[in-house]
Amino acid sequence: MSVSFSFAGESLQPLACGALWWPDQATLFVADLHFEKASHFAAKGWLLPPHATADTITTLIAAVESTGAQRLVCLGDSFHDEAGPDRLSDETRRALMTMTRSLDWWWITGNHDEDAAAVLGGRVMAEGSIGPLVLRHEADPADPTPELSGHYHPKLVIRHRGRHIARRCFAHGPTKLILPAYGAFTGGLDIADPALQAALAGPATALVVEGERLLRFPVG
Amino acid sequence: MSLPPIISDWFAARGWQVRAHQLAMLDAAARGRHSLLTAPTGAGKTLAGFLPTLADLATTPHEGLHTLYISPLKALAVDVQRNLLTPVAEMGLDVRVETRTGDTPAARKARQKEQPPHILLTTPESLANLLSSPEAAAMMAGVKRVIIDEIHAFGTTKRGDQLMLCLACLQRLAPALQRVGLSATIADPESWAGWLAPDADSTQVEIVVAEGGADPAIDILVIDDRIPWGGHNGRWAARAVMKRIEAARLAIVFVNTRAVAELVFRDLWAENDNALPIGIHHGSLAPEARRKVEAAMAAGKLRAIVATASLDLGLDWGDVDLVIQMGAPKGASRLLQRTGRANHRMDEASRCLIVPGNRFEYLEALAARDAVQAGELDPDGFRPGALDVLAQHVVGCAAAGPFFPDELYDEVKSAAPYAGLTRAAFDAVLGYAATGGYALKAYERYQRLVTQPDGRMRLRSAALARQWRMNSGTIVEAVAMNVVFGSGKSSRHGRKLGQVEEYFAGQLRVGDSFMFAGQTLEVTGFDGADIHVRMGRGSPKVPVYAGGRMPMTTRLAARVRGLMNDRARWPGMPDDVREWLAIQARVSRLPGEDDVLVETFLRDDRWYMVVYGFAGHPAHQTLGMLVTQRMERAGLKPLGFVASDYAMACWSLDPVDDPQPLFDPTVLEDELAEWLAASPFLRRAFREVAIIGGLIERVQPGVHKSGKAMSVSSDLIYDVLRRHEPDHLLLTAAWTDARGKLTDIARLAALLEQAHGRLTHVRAAHVTPLAVPSLLTIGRERVGDSADSALLLEAEALIAEAMRVD
Repeated sequence: MSVSFSFAGESLQPLACGALWWPDQATLFVADLHFEKASHFAAKGWLLPPHATADTITTLIAAVESTGAQRLVCLGDSFHDEAGPDRLSDETRRALMTMTRSLDWWWITGNHDEDAAAVLGGRVMAEGSIGPLVLRHEADPADPTPELSGHYHPKLVIRHRGRHIARRCFAHGPTKLILPAYGAFTGGLDIADPALQAALAGPATALVVEGERLLRFPVG
Repeated sequence: MSLPPIISDWFAARGWQVRAHQLAMLDAAARGRHSLLTAPTGAGKTLAGFLPTLADLATTPHEGLHTLYISPLKALAVDVQRNLLTPVAEMGLDVRVETRTGDTPAARKARQKEQPPHILLTTPESLANLLSSPEAAAMMAGVKRVIIDEIHAFGTTKRGDQLMLCLACLQRLAPALQRVGLSATIADPESWAGWLAPDADSTQVEIVVAEGGADPAIDILVIDDRIPWGGHNGRWAARAVMKRIEAARLAIVFVNTRAVAELVFRDLWAENDNALPIGIHHGSLAPEARRKVEAAMAAGKLRAIVATASLDLGLDWGDVDLVIQMGAPKGASRLLQRTGRANHRMDEASRCLIVPGNRFEYLEALAARDAVQAGELDPDGFRPGALDVLAQHVVGCAAAGPFFPDELYDEVKSAAPYAGLTRAAFDAVLGYAATGGYALKAYERYQRLVTQPDGRMRLRSAALARQWRMNSGTIVEAVAMNVVFGSGKSSRHGRKLGQVEEYFAGQLRVGDSFMFAGQTLEVTGFDGADIHVRMGRGSPKVPVYAGGRMPMTTRLAARVRGLMNDRARWPGMPDDVREWLAIQARVSRLPGEDDVLVETFLRDDRWYMVVYGFAGHPAHQTLGMLVTQRMERAGLKPLGFVASDYAMACWSLDPVDDPQPLFDPTVLEDELAEWLAASPFLRRAFREVAIIGGLIERVQPGVHKSGKAMSVSSDLIYDVLRRHEPDHLLLTAAWTDARGKLTDIARLAALLEQAHGRLTHVRAAHVTPLAVPSLLTIGRERVGDSADSALLLEAEALIAEAMRVD
């Protein structure tokens, strides 16, 4: 299990798979699952491997089982597009519906999926809150309330000893924590990018889970 | 056959005689034969290719397209238009000649389909696009000839695969089509005739060999009997090279890589006391920058130009009278082609000066000169056609109209590279093109190709045809970043100097300097795909590019071994080289004609092992990886290795007592597969096949993904395929590419085979003369634990230390 860090007085654990675990609330957070991204491309003629959704669900189930989460919050863009749920295979649909039934499942709506996921069970909401934290898809720089969000797919890019290393990361600002994209085939945005810096509204740190350690890289 | 008067008069008016090979080409055409012409530069090769077309058009009225001319270079098509238009105009022929490339405006392309010219000059990519249109059948029906210029530049490449597939398609649309190949120096015209012919049947092709011109005069630069120990680009001789330039009218200075071009360019300017106009030309420069240099050269404003292979192909630069080859030429054919750049007149000798970088390179230069004088050229390694190219072609065919799979299979097999294609392999390609080729049948409703009730396959939608045209082609550029002069937001529209590969750019930080476009540039910032730079000072880092580094050919390697063992040749060599060989023979031994010499010795508490494989840099590089891996397992604590064209040297804490097991051919099965799978080679190869095979979208030049990147990384797809679909067509294709192109596995296998039977181990008392050039390069490459995770941990520690406030 990964190392905890403190955010808005709460103890949170970033996991290597890209999820965030909040033990006191028995809640697991994931962002930007982008289910059915491959089939979205396939419809346009780019026949990407059709395994990504099943892979994502498999790692999600593993994260739920290893943490014992009671509640799971998807921070938006759970499907790559609004028609995504229609393209689920029978197996992936069944697996998802089993999870939404057995857990307290929240779908925060994102810019890609609106309330598409409603048909799969669980609660659909534009924003949520748990304890001191507000939960939304896209960070709101104007809101000083401690906030968990997704949307930006943050990654850390460093150049060291001639190597170019990119890892997805949790972007940690004074009152904001932006989760990495959980889905397969999801590109990332450099945490140093001005768009992400603006969203974080203050000095930021990239958190990278590496084995048993939580690495911190100040940005800027 | 006799020439029409209009043409013979033109020859007579210029005081020229029709040459024998030109008549032979006319004769072959008159008898309806395919033909292949090999001719030295300056022999009127292009005109010989076009003469039958002009003769036919002069005597027989022809509606529509008569002849297609295919060139490997866009610029060449433009150049030939000039060379062809002049004779056509002077003969007063009513012949329309036009070009069609990626740069041709859409309106003109559309008009060309409705009113085709008589002669269309184009590239393989533009031809493929043309053939994918439903109008192609009507447009091509009357075509009589297709001329492929510089055919040697295509043969063993994916562009060649694409071209031959297009020719097979053309032959169906125009069954009487005559294929004409024009080639410079090639070792084996017979096999090229087979490559050009329908059904790989070389008997259908008339081979015409133009009589040779004057023998080239090849000189090797040696000053006071001295040749350096190390180095490999001849930079030591800058001053002497400058003197030769001063004595010449116009010189081309060829170098082997773009990075070296930058260095040599700088060295020459440092010695350029008379400030002669000297330019630089290589593939990483922006097209505008290249065109400027080309124009200056054509206008006679330059005295010398430093160039890489981007100048290799047959552009006629006019007045070049000296070619200087910096560093070893790496192959006899390559040397001859480069030498041919000097003096485009057949009856005058081309002059070439080779500047060897070190003693091995002196022997290599001598070997290359011997080979050219003996007329021994390097054979071309033909290989089966690539499956990703075929997948692209199949979709292109469907874009032109529905096809019967049986008929397309026969047509594809008639293209030489695909002559051995099995039906099962063809069906796998068809399946991939249709549904992605996954074991999981998830995409039935997104099939790109659907089967009609009559059994023909067609494209699912017209949108897919447009998409195909945007993404077709077999050249995949490495991910590149723009070098832009001018920094910060205020100069967003700075001058673009050219591009460097992303992996090189990834090593740069703000404040770093590097050598580019002949200048030292300092990085001032990064912005998306742009690196902003300003003029820099001091000693720069040097750009290192993946491409452009050709290994020494097998035949040349054999000649180098021969020179070492033929003591009768030694007296003709410089003192330095002679002593080097003589002392080597005393303290160790010389590599034989057909063995693998392995030396081990202790130096500064390190045990060195030097393997003289003469198998070329890529094979030695791979050998170094594999052997040090084995040494690691054997507990010998290897620390690093270096590779050159001649040898591989590694060093370890414990000695190698018995080298034999390290070279067991099983390393090819065990370590190689493991190493390749994890290496970036395979990922890079996969990216290429994924783009050519139409799995992912080609990033259009100038378009940079900004903000949240929505594009799909080929690395992620590669990982998913390896996990779920290990037998996927594109993984197979990537393996084939990586094994052949990137690591020279065949040569490595031959080396291991040789080591198996004929390995000679010498325990030397100290470092040996032949080992010195290798040891001098140590310090640039290292083996071991450079895993990203370790680097990441180290980077964090560094930053933590830097940020600590005590």
